[in-house]
Amino acid sequence: MKGLISLGAWLFDWLEAIGRAGIFLFQSIFRLPVRFGEAVNLLVRQLYSVGVLSLVIIIVSGTFIGMVLSLQGYSILAKFGSEDSVGQLLALSLLRELGPVVTALLFAGRAGSSLTAEIGLMKATEQLSSYEMMGVDPLRRVIAPRFIAGVVCLPLLSMVFSAAGIIGGLLVSVGWLGVSDGSFWSLMQQSVYFDTDIVNGLIKALVFAVAITWIAVYQGYECVPTSEGIGKATTRTVVLGSLAVLALDFVLTAAMFGDF
Amino acid sequence: MRSKRAELLVGCFIVLGLAAFVYLAVQVSGLGFASKKDTYQVVARFDDIGGLSDRAKVTIAGVTVGSVDSITYDKNLYMAKVTMNIESDVHNIPDDSSIAILTSGLLGEKYLGISIGADDKMLKNGDEIHDTQSALVLENLISQFLFNKTSGSDK
Repeated sequence: MKGLISLGAWLFDWLEAIGRAGIFLFQSIFRLPVRFGEAVNLLVRQLYSVGVLSLVIIIVSGTFIGMVLSLQGYSILAKFGSEDSVGQLLALSLLRELGPVVTALLFAGRAGSSLTAEIGLMKATEQLSSYEMMGVDPLRRVIAPRFIAGVVCLPLLSMVFSAAGIIGGLLVSVGWLGVSDGSFWSLMQQSVYFDTDIVNGLIKALVFAVAITWIAVYQGYECVPTSEGIGKATTRTVVLGSLAVLALDFVLTAAMFGDF
Repeated sequence: MRSKRAELLVGCFIVLGLAAFVYLAVQVSGLGFASKKDTYQVVARFDDIGGLSDRAKVTIAGVTVGSVDSITYDKNLYMAKVTMNIESDVHNIPDDSSIAILTSGLLGEKYLGISIGADDKMLKNGDEIHDTQSALVLENLISQFLFNKTSGSDK
């Protein structure tokens, strides 16, 4: 009986947390700062810290993943004498899967964790409550610009990642392994479709962006305002964000590419 | 001053992201504007297309001169109807040319190859190539071979 009660209580807590996060998401989307100039100013600052500062890790890891993919792909495809289609393998796996997913995982570690820690620290040092005292809505001034910046940045970063990966793969397969330049591009262009591959990859990145940024700002806003609480909230952002990305990726892949 | 620099870098970031998108669209998926040459459409009906897909290339003497636009089933003739776009530069294909579904390598992509005929009349937009040769289906070939083998051993 006691176990049943605690299970019910846990379920109610859980549902309540989800409801709170949902309301929080809704409020932070529709509460941009009122004055346009101020909104742009706040947004630019967040775009800088979320997007521009993530650029280096995205380009470097994209290039290396493209290089590894074409090395691995080449060694297997060469057994079947079809090493020319390494470009096709590279482009399809980057655009459909690795681009959005790896970018989202890196983004959760690089930008999501810093968003949570920053907002959590603002809460711990009572900056959020002093905003409220001054009559400024912290959702409007702190949360909304960060949320929008995250949603804008991740799809752009994912495109940069895929492009860097394809250039890295081109360097290895054409420059080093001696795949012919022409068949690399022509087989790639023959099998990659703009609407099914590139646009679907963008949609994936957009969904991941909403999920990760939502988790990150919510964890920061709701964390226990102590140094331990901030640490825990940051860990939760990375773990929950990564798991959400992988689970959503399965659902989206099944919906987009599942019908054979 | 600090904010100006951030704005500049954010601008660079957004331009880089969009440039990557355009690069992927044009170079990787071949959506290009440059490759959109004038084309005319030609139709051919096959008994069996055996895995030919949309956007497969159409070649003459091994050189790509066009691509498959659509593949539909013609229920009146029980045949596959393949519509292809051929570049307008290549306007001198004789009316009695033949077309075959070929395979690059043993397991590679299917594509169409046109063998030039001898007629003075040339193909125009909307014309049909009547002399078609279906895809070589490997399973049929193997079963034929085995059938010949077994029936040969009886004698």
